[in-house]
Amino acid sequence: MTTSPTRLARLLALVPYLLARPQSRLEDVAATFGVTVKQLTQDLELIWMCGLPGYFPGDLIDVDIEGNTVTLSNADAIARPLRLQADEAVALVVGLQTLAQVPGPEQDAIARALAKVESAAGDAAAASAAVAVDVETDPAVVATIRDGLERNRRIHLSYYVPTRDETTERDVDPIRLHVVTGRTYLEGWCRRVEDVRLFRLDRVVGVTILDQPASPPPEAQPRDLSEGLFQPSPDDETVVLELSPQGTWVADNYPYESVETLENGGLRLVLRTPDTRWVRRLALRLGAAGRIVAPAELAQTVRADARAALRAYDGD
Amino acid sequence: MTQRKVERLLNLVICLLNTRRPITAAQIHDIVPGYPEGDEAFARMFERDKSELRELGVPVAVEALSSWDDEVGYLIRPGDYALPDIDLEADEAAALTLAARFWQQASLAGAASGALLKLRAAGVDTGDVSRTGVEVHVTSTEPAFAAVWEAVQQRRAMTFSYQNPQAQQPTARTIEPWGLVSWHGRWYVAGHDRDRGEPRVFRLDRIRSAVKLIGAPGDVVRPEGVDIREMVRGRFGTEELRRTAKIRVRRGAGMGLRRRASSVMAADADHDVVELPFASAEVLADEVAEYGADAVALEPEELRAAVLARLRAAAS
Repeated sequence: MTTSPTRLARLLALVPYLLARPQSRLEDVAATFGVTVKQLTQDLELIWMCGLPGYFPGDLIDVDIEGNTVTLSNADAIARPLRLQADEAVALVVGLQTLAQVPGPEQDAIARALAKVESAAGDAAAASAAVAVDVETDPAVVATIRDGLERNRRIHLSYYVPTRDETTERDVDPIRLHVVTGRTYLEGWCRRVEDVRLFRLDRVVGVTILDQPASPPPEAQPRDLSEGLFQPSPDDETVVLELSPQGTWVADNYPYESVETLENGGLRLVLRTPDTRWVRRLALRLGAAGRIVAPAELAQTVRADARAALRAYDGD
Repeated sequence: MTQRKVERLLNLVICLLNTRRPITAAQIHDIVPGYPEGDEAFARMFERDKSELRELGVPVAVEALSSWDDEVGYLIRPGDYALPDIDLEADEAAALTLAARFWQQASLAGAASGALLKLRAAGVDTGDVSRTGVEVHVTSTEPAFAAVWEAVQQRRAMTFSYQNPQAQQPTARTIEPWGLVSWHGRWYVAGHDRDRGEPRVFRLDRIRSAVKLIGAPGDVVRPEGVDIREMVRGRFGTEELRRTAKIRVRRGAGMGLRRRASSVMAADADHDVVELPFASAEVLADEVAEYGADAVALEPEELRAAVLARLRAAAS
């Protein structure tokens, strides 16, 4: 299945787009269609060769390039764009349905847009019933954070950190709210660590808006999330885990760098992390289902953790 | 697609849209430029062109030329071809742009941007708008996503090899898919499991082989009243929290346990006894073991034994 629109599909959208917008700038059109100006010019040259049967000058589509603008005419037969394909309709409808689950002031516009798109898509939207995105949000937490974002205020978070098993208190200058595959995160400049952090909203124990304005420093750049939420850093420590078949679920739940299958059906997992405390906790949980191979000191620490825990059981 | 072929297809679309009465293949051969001379070579190329147009969603219709004649002709009805008029307010268009961006890191990215281009071609001005600091995205890094989506869309059964976390080896499964659900950051497919003879839910990232589509399109029928979202949610919430565990937790630790506690009572100067409703001793033991010496399972004995087994394995 190819998802990249073919050239013909682009031309069938380009013609009505230009008919509706005389004297469009070539640069703008190219940007909208995700092509270079050179490619756009080739597309226009091709369109200029096409038209109604007979193919005399009066039958052909008129392409008038003046300086850096283009105007199209005489293309009545294909003046309307092609109707939406099933996967196009589903992409829009499911996207809108997901947005509708995020509390906020634009709910009304989303509902109206959804009704119009479904009506224009007709049968093509039918398959959207077979795709659902479940967004988990605490409406009160989201509402407070959006309020802080809109009024540009610093907020205070009580934030639970499972890897260290502690609730931390921090002031954050909010930058954006992200909903990624159903999970909600606040991206903000954390004044405690003086860096941009992503906070999972299901770990927010409490949130209040402060009186100070949010003032993230200029170096607080929003992260490029196109490569995924969690990117390893070169300073991270490398950990090697050996998992029995019962422990292979770890590979599904944690980002790792490489994996190989062992003879017994288990996995050898290499991962990088800035903080090994969660690996210690994971190793206790895994018991016989997995063990740390490297670094040796970390494996030693886990054995000591386990022995200390066993002593706590002896005591009662 | 070569330049000449795109030109030929565009002229064919215009020709078939422009005619009110069906026109025969022979007439098309005469009219539309770019086809080879010979009848057989033409017939082969015309067949390929028709199927390519239909794949793009262009509705090429076949009709008898007249009621007393069985010769057929071709045409495209403008009403079937064109996207119906869609008139969006600025806030609706903004919602739609966000909805299309929703997929930009996922399998339907191409479909979403294709849909947006068609709407822009219909005169909708989406511009570069964004809601105040909110970004909603979905990811679909699972290699199986594209094939499963195809099976769902075509309503075909499929086979794949699936790693159940409790099983030693992946097993072959045959599924009639009813839909895709994104839940808590992961994609699932819900459907009828032919081998088990009952409805089941599968996590896409546990599919260990290529997905093979079997059977004919339209074979799979989703029974009335099935809610795929509920199927996925229900998979995690069906077990009732009928039993109560007692766990001794060091003060200032075990926040994850304390958040779900039904009661917390001081045990001594440094510890509390936390009472917690639970469903599965094995699942709760995973969590208690992670806390090491900070959390000691007191009751029931099944839970205590399960935690001790993990700690003993981790200590050796």
